[in-house]
Parts: sequence; C-alpha cells; structure tokens
Amino acid sequence: MTGIPGTETIVFAMLTIALVLAFLRLLRGPGLPDRVVALDLFAVISTGFLTVYAIDTDQQVFLDVAIVLALITFLGTVAFAQYIERRARDE
Amino acid sequence: MSELLSDMLEIVGAAFLLLAALGIIRMPDLFTRMQAATKASTLGAACTLGAAALHFGDLGVATRAMAAILFFFLTAPVTAHLIGRASYFVGTPLWNGSVVDELRANYDPLTHECEAPPELQL
Repeated sequence: MTGIPGTETIVFAMLTIALVLAFLRLLRGPGLPDRVVALDLFAVISTGFLTVYAIDTDQQVFLDVAIVLALITFLGTVAFAQYIERRARDE
Repeated sequence: MSELLSDMLEIVGAAFLLLAALGIIRMPDLFTRMQAATKASTLGAACTLGAAALHFGDLGVATRAMAAILFFFLTAPVTAHLIGRASYFVGTPLWNGSVVDELRANYDPLTHECEAPPELQL
C-alpha cells in the first residue's frame, strides 16, 4: 500500500509558513523573552523540517542532524533563561 | 500500510507545528504564547519523528527517533519553566484580560524565592 500522494509538498509548505510566522515573532516580539521563545520554536520547527526532509530523501543521516539540533537548542534556551534572570538580578 | 500511517503522522505533525507558530503570532502576551508554542511544538516534532520511525522501518532509526521523542518530552517543560520564571522576574506584563496572578503576593522580588501563603504553610 502506498502513501498519500504529494504529502511531502504539503508538509514542506506548512512548515515553511510556520517558520515564517515564528520569524515574524522573532522580529516583532516586544521583549527579549518573546524573542527567546520564538527562537526556541524556530529550532523545533527546523527539527521537524529536517525529519521530514530525511523521509523525503530517504537519508537517515538527517535524522541525526535533527537530534543534534534539538540537543543544542535545549542548551541554548537554558543559557538564555539564565542570562535573562541574572540580568534582572544585577540591575 | 506503514507508508500511509507515516504520511498521516507527517501531516498531523506539520499541522501541530503550524498551530504552534500561529499561537506564537496570535496570542496576546508572553505566557500564553509560550504555552501555545511549547505544547503544540512538542507534539508536532514527536509526530514527525514517529513518521520517520515508521517510514524507515529500521530498528536503529526507530530507536533514535524514540530517544529524540523522549528528549523532547523531557526538555520542553524544563525550557518553558525556565523562560517563564526568568521573564516573570524581569516584569513581563500579563495580558490585560488576565484575571488572577497568584504568584505576585507569594514571592520575594529580591531573592527570587517563592513561598506558600501563610494559611497553607505546615
């Protein structure tokens, strides 16, 4: 049994729209925390994008790239949160 | 059969990620945006990874996908908590339609420690 035709195209289109929306929040977001949340979401959408790309091209390697991106994003967001809190405490 | 299931999971996952992005652009303040982005994006990424596990039909890939899903489910709440906590201390304004802020009376703005109200303490 084959899959639904044209799935990858639809999924790529949806994820691209999602990336654009997250990027708009990154540009607009009134404060630093809004931008950090937008950046976090941006990375998670990129992880999904890479996973779908791995399925589309039948290359398992991109799945590893997605996992590494998820790991790095977690560390980056934790660092940003620490930075925001310490900046508030120092003032 | 697994191809059909994989394609459906892919579409569901992408739909959740799109919903997360919609939430982050449409919600009125940081905390509502954060909950939309965190929960929907976790489920979306987990769905796409599950689709990959089904598509490749390989034990190694499935294990890695499951590990990544577990990692997402463990780290998303942690990051959301840390950013929410930090931005609350910075004084990020709540949406003006918010009805209650139970944290305001119970935390020390200098030490950043939170205590239960006196009537609830043991």
